Amino acid sequence: MNNDIILLGHGSGGKLSHQLLDELIIPQLSGVPTAGQNDAALLNIGGVKLAFTTDSYVVDPIFFPGGNIGDLAVNGTVNDLAMMGARPLCLSVGFILEEGFSKSELSLILASMRQAADAAGVAIVTGDTKVVPRGKGDRIFINTSGIGALEHDLRIDGAAGCVGDKVIVNGCIGDHGIAVLSAREGLEIDSGIKSDSAALNGLVSELLPLAGALHVLRDPTRGGVATTLKEIAVQSGVTITLKEETLPITPGVRGVCSILGLDPLYVANEGKLLALVAPERAEEALEIMRRHPLGKDAAIIGEVTEASTGRVVMETLVGGVRGVEMLAGEQLPRIC
Amino acid sequence: MNYLDSFRDKELVQGLARRIAGLTAGRDRPLVFMEVCGTHTMAIYQFGLRSLLPPEVKLISGPGCPVCVTPNGYLDRAVALSRLPDLIITTFGDMLRVPGSSSSLMEERARGADIRIVYSPLDAVQVAARNPGKRVVFLGVGFETTAPTIAGSILAAKAQGLSNYFVLASHKTMPQPMAILSADPDLSVDGYICPAHVSAVIGAGAYRFLCEKYKVPCVVTGFEPTDVMQGVEMLVRQAIAGESRVEIQYSRVVRWEGNAKAQAVLGDVFTPFDAPWRGIGVLPGSGLKIAQAYRQFDAELAIPVEVEEAKEHQGCLCGEILKGKIAPLDCPLFGTRCTPESPVGACMVSSEGTCAAAHKYGR
Repeated sequence: MNNDIILLGHGSGGKLSHQLLDELIIPQLSGVPTAGQNDAALLNIGGVKLAFTTDSYVVDPIFFPGGNIGDLAVNGTVNDLAMMGARPLCLSVGFILEEGFSKSELSLILASMRQAADAAGVAIVTGDTKVVPRGKGDRIFINTSGIGALEHDLRIDGAAGCVGDKVIVNGCIGDHGIAVLSAREGLEIDSGIKSDSAALNGLVSELLPLAGALHVLRDPTRGGVATTLKEIAVQSGVTITLKEETLPITPGVRGVCSILGLDPLYVANEGKLLALVAPERAEEALEIMRRHPLGKDAAIIGEVTEASTGRVVMETLVGGVRGVEMLAGEQLPRIC
Repeated sequence: MNYLDSFRDKELVQGLARRIAGLTAGRDRPLVFMEVCGTHTMAIYQFGLRSLLPPEVKLISGPGCPVCVTPNGYLDRAVALSRLPDLIITTFGDMLRVPGSSSSLMEERARGADIRIVYSPLDAVQVAARNPGKRVVFLGVGFETTAPTIAGSILAAKAQGLSNYFVLASHKTMPQPMAILSADPDLSVDGYICPAHVSAVIGAGAYRFLCEKYKVPCVVTGFEPTDVMQGVEMLVRQAIAGESRVEIQYSRVVRWEGNAKAQAVLGDVFTPFDAPWRGIGVLPGSGLKIAQAYRQFDAELAIPVEVEEAKEHQGCLCGEILKGKIAPLDCPLFGTRCTPESPVGACMVSSEGTCAAAHKYGR
């Protein structure tokens, strides 16, 4: 095999992405040990604590049920800041447009970016636009970077999970990935499933009063809940045990996943967060989420069961036990 | 009634597990059952069913993952075709990562080959219709469940008068490898969990000769957890009673005679041949190739291309795993040199491969 070329799987958010980061990108660009891989960097500039993050958006198709690449680009970066417990302040935006792209489609995308930014309470303060020749890009790519203020001394960190912590998700999983997949050419599934694309900073601000009981916040985007929980388990050095029967999944997502042979645990979300909360305040956290419009289907889906080298296991619907691994490569539809 | 949930009922599954434990308690030798089909392998891992069974019942996986039993030579031909100009490869997704002798389709795609994942062979026919200036090759891999739809795509291409649609056919058929496994003195199988959807096409009657010749119980079993557990219970009862019959657990779908229409389409478009199975060898009459009357759609005949000499990967024990002789963890490459993101053998690639299932769910 030729190991020199970049494969699509390197962008999947799963194991190949981690390998690329650990073996190539991080050693050359920062040399910082990989343990501190969180959603945003924490900076202390003259006593002011900031969170800083960046993300690029290349979704295909660019319009899908429940959103488009524009609101995704705002919400995704806002969420990366929010997962550090930061209050998102402002964003930059970079567009890479392909020659021949439609201005009216761009206008629709800009309108939904503006709407998403207003809803999240962030300003888009700077930007850049480049155009590449036809065939050298795919219509539109968007990069956004964001800065947020860290206004507390909490340590919300993927490495902060403790034995006993409850794992809470703020609603049904897999909607975004299935909405995008259903909209792809060639699949023609009218599933009625909409992307869950949403800014989570409002919900996070409601959770911050849990203070020291709030250990980990993560948004399970690419790679889904399974990959994100595995990352947390590895970072925190713990075993997380999930209960399959408690996973909130809509019948629509379950149906499409069942037809295509996909596992909803590995399907992307864009408006979901996973919180690891100390057990004595877990019910309170659940109540806070359920009172919020983005958390009415919130559920406790598992707990940290032991200190270990980083495992995720699942008690299945029928009472069996199995391991849960990170997404390896792309999730491919099954063959028969 | 929720059709999905009712077959995943915890009480029913655990009740079946208790009955199986009761029937087998105190046996000195465990009963070994082989699930032949990759979808069963996945279901057993996904629902953690092994953890519910008593130590007296052992499930081993067989050669029923179509990607896994596809030999390197086939992949090498697909890779060679993908390098030709004005040629589009269309395939089910699982084939992309399967390593051939020196490359994979995923690598070729990264280098610029036009390789497209489709969800149905009819989509591939549409690709051909939309690209009249290009040759479109569909990778026809699978058992009797997939083969009729691929036969249908050839009939559709013919009806539309397309001359640029081709199938690289490597279909396998089911009962034959089970006979080879049954005759293998190194392998002692006390019963087969027979494939669900393959049996819907070929009919449960196809397994009768196994019961008669090799005295081994066969139960055609569905893919849901209650199905598998009930299928195991039926096998346990037969094995304890010293019986060897074909039984249909999956009676809501499978008939003794199978699906006559699908069989007729298969008989029209394909013809049996001695197919090579990865790790097992060439088995007489165990594959389907495109029949003479449809030879213009046969990529192997219609598109000549130089194919590299097939090389098996050193140390890869896929063959032993496909025969159920060793478990994934017994392979020295498992989880070290051979991982889902960098597979050495095909069992690690397909979502239905035994090693992929063990890697994803087993630990």
